[in-house]
Amino acid sequence: MADVIPGAWRNDAIAKVTGRTKYADDLKFVNMVYAAPVYSDFVHARLIAVHTENAERAEGVVRVLTARDVPGANRYGQIVHDFRVFADDKIRYHGDVVALVIAHTRDQAIRAADLVRVEAEPLPAVLDPEEALREGAPLVHEDHGTNLINTHRVRRGDVESGFRSSDLVIEEHFETQFVEHAYMEPEVAVCRVRDDGVVEVHGSMQHPFSTRRFVSALLGMPLSEVEVIGTPMGGGFGGKDDTAAIVCARAALAAKLTGVPVKLMYRRDWSIRESYKRHPYRVSYKMGLTRDGMIKAVQCRIVADGGAYCSVTPWVTWRSTVQCCGPYDVPNVHCDTFGVYTNNIVTGAMRGFGSPQMNFVVDSMIEIVANRLNIPALDIRRKNMVKQGSVTITGQALDDHTVAMGQVLDTVVKEFDYETKLARCAHGKGDEEEQYGVGLAMSYRGVSLGAEGVDFCAAMINVQADGSVLVETGIHENGQGAESAMVLLTAQELGIRKERVRYRRASTSVIPDSGTTVASRGTIMGGGAVVLAAKELRQKMACVAAHMLQCSAESIIFRDERLMAEGNGNAVTFDQTVEEMFRRKQFPHAFGVFQAPNVTWDEDHGQGKAYFTWVYGCQAVELTVNRTTGKVSLLNAIAAHDVGRAVNREMLEGQFFGGMAMGIGYALHEELVLDGGRIVNTNLNTYRIPRSLDVPEMKAIIVENPDPHSPSGAKSIGEPTNELMAPAVANAIHNATGVRHHRLPIRPGGTSTRARMRKSVGG
Amino acid sequence: MTITVNGRDYPVHEAQGEMRLIQFIREDLDLTGVKNACDIGACGACTLLVDEQPMRICTTRVKDVAGHRVLTIEGLRGDGGGLHPLQQAFIDAGAIQCGFCTPGMVLTAHALLLHHARPSRAEIRRAIYTNLCRCTGYQQIVDAIEAAAVCYEQIPHGIPETLNPRP
Repeated sequence: MADVIPGAWRNDAIAKVTGRTKYADDLKFVNMVYAAPVYSDFVHARLIAVHTENAERAEGVVRVLTARDVPGANRYGQIVHDFRVFADDKIRYHGDVVALVIAHTRDQAIRAADLVRVEAEPLPAVLDPEEALREGAPLVHEDHGTNLINTHRVRRGDVESGFRSSDLVIEEHFETQFVEHAYMEPEVAVCRVRDDGVVEVHGSMQHPFSTRRFVSALLGMPLSEVEVIGTPMGGGFGGKDDTAAIVCARAALAAKLTGVPVKLMYRRDWSIRESYKRHPYRVSYKMGLTRDGMIKAVQCRIVADGGAYCSVTPWVTWRSTVQCCGPYDVPNVHCDTFGVYTNNIVTGAMRGFGSPQMNFVVDSMIEIVANRLNIPALDIRRKNMVKQGSVTITGQALDDHTVAMGQVLDTVVKEFDYETKLARCAHGKGDEEEQYGVGLAMSYRGVSLGAEGVDFCAAMINVQADGSVLVETGIHENGQGAESAMVLLTAQELGIRKERVRYRRASTSVIPDSGTTVASRGTIMGGGAVVLAAKELRQKMACVAAHMLQCSAESIIFRDERLMAEGNGNAVTFDQTVEEMFRRKQFPHAFGVFQAPNVTWDEDHGQGKAYFTWVYGCQAVELTVNRTTGKVSLLNAIAAHDVGRAVNREMLEGQFFGGMAMGIGYALHEELVLDGGRIVNTNLNTYRIPRSLDVPEMKAIIVENPDPHSPSGAKSIGEPTNELMAPAVANAIHNATGVRHHRLPIRPGGTSTRARMRKSVGG
Repeated sequence: MTITVNGRDYPVHEAQGEMRLIQFIREDLDLTGVKNACDIGACGACTLLVDEQPMRICTTRVKDVAGHRVLTIEGLRGDGGGLHPLQQAFIDAGAIQCGFCTPGMVLTAHALLLHHARPSRAEIRRAIYTNLCRCTGYQQIVDAIEAAAVCYEQIPHGIPETLNPRP
């Protein structure tokens, strides 16, 4: 393989490329039975009865479970306990599950599921979030008294005076769509009750600790009696939290009640029908600027369709609110955000978490106002973007890390030869059949959870008597390479080869609950904990080595598998030091905890230090739009992101490319079509994610400004890469055709997703 | 009836012939590298090679491949039984993330390179159009396949050794 420079490394690559990795559906236990969920065809209805007798009599059926069989809490959730693991009072959306059929084979379970009859009284459904907010609208949760899930706001300065002092005031309206995560592996859970009484859960989920809470609540068992085992996962993208946890909880209940292991593997159509999506947004956005392009005021109203259950809508919409002006310094801001219950599919976490919608709006607006003012959009960006020492719209001073907004923008402009390309754009003029355009977008993003939640993470490093090393953190391997990053950091911090280090796949019964592997927090939080654990371990080992070398512990450095006395070069090997520690009855073991620096939030005014640090990114794309057909052909794309510090370069680049591709899907292809609350495109033939020919050649530029708040210096990459392609594509299409699009996905030819589906099914 | 999987013959009785091939391979043969992700032949996670051609097997019956040579990811290996150069190229290029599409993607690429020694990047993209990946944006997958192509130039015409591994 002379052509390939060996460089990329991940601890699970060989198993994955040889097909040896065992994902949840690849696991088998003796006497295992299979489960299948039962849905009804109602969208909103009062549940009268679930008749299971016919299904129970069907061939191979072991048992049929409904809400009646739940020993613990059937209602649960991360913020509000409104999810029904089994529908118990109403059907609130088309994906509500009324029963679970358990049978000797999966096919038997699926066949019997059709025999369950649901008796219910249909209720008028509310399918539009604006209508849901009106007086007299049908209530999704009567006991909540309103369809409003939550509000958020930002109040800064005085927008009225800001608009008065503006030369241009523009108001525009934008809409975004329901988006499916489309992880390649659908939800799976395999559960059994062990001989010690502990319920053991293997499953495809990105939050083992949240899953444990759902299982524990449903079964009415303490957390210590549920053990969730991290299992290789076929993609998550934020989508394997609530629904995946509920799938695990149902399988755990089945295992508990039948006494045998149970596998519940989702079909793609069940997965798309039931699992939560990215929120569709409706945004009214009013911006005022001076003649020379200084933004004076922004007023915006954001309405998010939360669907039938709360999930994490208050958190998603909070990020949208905090970042509602994009990376621009705006002195007067008035933002009101509403999360709303409807009888549509539930919405929740998805890569980006409320930012892709707002960045589409904000970075489209920047170019709209630039056109109106006849000023280059780049000038408006540069004039208004956050800089070192800027204060954000929520009053946070950006003075304690490198504010790299200008650096990433300049990098993309230079590397993409952006301004030359901009001069070539067709703007809908001329007679070329393929109209050329280039577009750009940029963002900043608060890192990790911010004021959404308590943010801390644990790591353990446990050196064995032979000098081999085990590392473990509370961060989950979702496919992104988290384990590999932890191994590399451990090796770097201890001055040893990575081959010495093995990642111990976490179990919820061993490592403390370190929160969910979301919010692009894996590397910064897990890596931070690893670095702090390594520091503690180095201190322990240095004391022993200092004794062996007759020097001070402070003078010991860890390098090339040795502990060396700085100055005289005397050294002992890592192995000798470990051996000596065991002889002295000391464990070379350390526990590290990274506690995120404090953040603050005043909900009444929408002010505070929302996040402890920020990342900065810029992406650009060039494309053509066919004048006759409207077909968009992407030619090239580029991204520059400040990641703090690169831990594993090829995996980092993979996050760039994957995020950009998903952003391209968001911009041009993906949309769930709902018909009366029922999802029409429930499989991957009609829900169209990008294929190899839909994405262009892409370039990733890693910008490094190690972050002082991050013990490893590293920050985030997963989500920043996914939040910029929609506005970049929208701006490029505008520059190609002269037409501005306010709705995603963008279809210059005017073909709706529904029409495309007819074509693809028919053809 | 007999089907040949990774160079080994498996007798199949008539009832088994009606089984879904993916179920037979995954559950009866315990070769779980092939993945079930959409059930309708849309995503390519269930791709195997049948007589060197990619086939999405989630909608295929066992009897449909009777008398043919089936290669699964478990049967792909390099000289000496280690990693095949194509597999190594996937690792080196960083083309693997969650790994769920990887077996089908590798086999599709293998079929391409067996028949087309030096494909362009555009030809590679056309060949893997049948296989969905949600993690990588395909960039490093195309890199991997392009880098591995050189290793196929030495393969003599006819059935390569890798398609007939020792059982």
